Amino acid sequence: MKLSNRSKVVEQGEMTLAERMYLPAIVGGMATTLKHFFSKPVTIRYPEQTRYLGPIYRGHHILKKDEQGAERCTACGLCAVACPAEAISMVAEERKKGEEKLYREEKYAKVYEINMLRCIFCGLCEEACPKEAIFLRHDQMVPVFSSRDEVIYGKDKLVEKMDQRYLREGWK
Amino acid sequence: MDLFDSVFLAKASFIGIVFAITLGIAAYSTYFERKIAAFMQDRIGPDRAGPFGILQPLADAVKMFMKEDFIPANSNKWLFIMGPCLSMLTALMTSAVVPFGDTITIGDVTFDLQGIDVNIGILWVFGIVSLGVYGILIGGWASNNKYSLLGAIRAASQNISYELAMGLSIIAILMMTGSLSTKAIVEAQQNGHWNILYQPMGFIIFLICAFAECNRTPFDLPECETELIGGYHTEYSSMKLGFYLFAEYINMFISGAVMATLYFGGYDYPGIDFVTAQLGATAATLIGAGALIGKSLAFVFIFMWVRWTLPRFRYDQLMGLGWSGLIPLAMFNVVVTGLGILLDQQILIGIGGVVVFIAGIVVYDQLFVKKKIA
Repeated sequence: MKLSNRSKVVEQGEMTLAERMYLPAIVGGMATTLKHFFSKPVTIRYPEQTRYLGPIYRGHHILKKDEQGAERCTACGLCAVACPAEAISMVAEERKKGEEKLYREEKYAKVYEINMLRCIFCGLCEEACPKEAIFLRHDQMVPVFSSRDEVIYGKDKLVEKMDQRYLREGWK
Repeated sequence: MDLFDSVFLAKASFIGIVFAITLGIAAYSTYFERKIAAFMQDRIGPDRAGPFGILQPLADAVKMFMKEDFIPANSNKWLFIMGPCLSMLTALMTSAVVPFGDTITIGDVTFDLQGIDVNIGILWVFGIVSLGVYGILIGGWASNNKYSLLGAIRAASQNISYELAMGLSIIAILMMTGSLSTKAIVEAQQNGHWNILYQPMGFIIFLICAFAECNRTPFDLPECETELIGGYHTEYSSMKLGFYLFAEYINMFISGAVMATLYFGGYDYPGIDFVTAQLGATAATLIGAGALIGKSLAFVFIFMWVRWTLPRFRYDQLMGLGWSGLIPLAMFNVVVTGLGILLDQQILIGIGGVVVFIAGIVVYDQLFVKKKIA
């Protein structure tokens, strides 16, 4: 019984003389390899050359500042709650008088740490953040580390530098 | 005594130069093998050691020497060491009869650009190539490993089978030249009368046999890693393995030089008279030697090109092609060549022979091969 009429019985007949002589097929194959010999290599020499990974690649974390240079993070802890790998931890602190330039909200994160060995770069922290403070940047990866001491990234490595701000394509 | 000194000096320096060129080309063949493989697969290939990776052979040599030189406990130690040495020795000895050019005179020393000009030149090549099997056979047997032994046996039977067809394809050339001396064969081809024009079929047979003799793909059954791990060099490591691999590349270069000598006019190149008139005989001879090396390098490229195109034969296909394909074809070629010499129409008869052969195959196919009606 046939389920559909699309199935085809393939009948492989006897090989023709040209096929049994191999030579036409060999010449064809050699033409193919010669064509590839002169075509451009597709290799990307990785450490020196990097490839554009797209506008939504999830790479290195960044704690954004606003236009005035004040940190946006208010240490609500939603990112830490959302994190499936429990990589994020933070210590909150109340903003003192005179620190309005540094911190946007009345509460801020005194310590903000991400354990890069735990992080799975899922981007859920970015989705959970109500203040648009944490992002995974698309243009930079977390570098390779050789020691466990380097693994926990604090605010020194995460907070955005005002002279090299991170802008996504949609924000410009 | 003076004569002896000058002859000895000339020969010694020439042999030294040929050794250096052969070993240098063999070393860089490993690099170009990888580069060509890479280009044919749209990759870049080795490019880390030096600009474009040209120091790669050096790095490979250092790696080979640094590795542990392992000799299996149950192997026959002396034969195990002798295997790669014999391979290398025979590979290097073949180049002795290849004429790289005419004589050149510098000062009062006359350099004959040929190691030994013996009247059995091409037989010397055959003899040494046959001895080359011993290196593989002894190495494979002394390893005391069934895969090595299988690889060695395959190499031996394959080389014996293809030497027959190779010898028969040479007979046609010997009929035309009337001499076994490589120098005489080359001199008969001067001024563009290359044997490829007279012997297209013989050349195809010789080329296929040369692939088989060098154990190159598609005939690399002695070392096919899918079936026999490493074949005859499974147990080898360090520079002993390096010698086996190196001997293969030397064989490739030398067989390219032999093919250029037999079929592509040796050191002949277009415009040789013009260069002799303009720059003198010495320069013309040296350019001729360069032309021969260029031709052999072109053959080395073809060897690599085929390697990275074709898959390996099955062993029964290999034997079938050798015994029931190439040997009858070579005999037919001998008959056609004899007819050409008899009627003094060698090019015409040579092409006619190819046409008759193809027509015969088509007719045979139509008449006798039963076709399944689809």
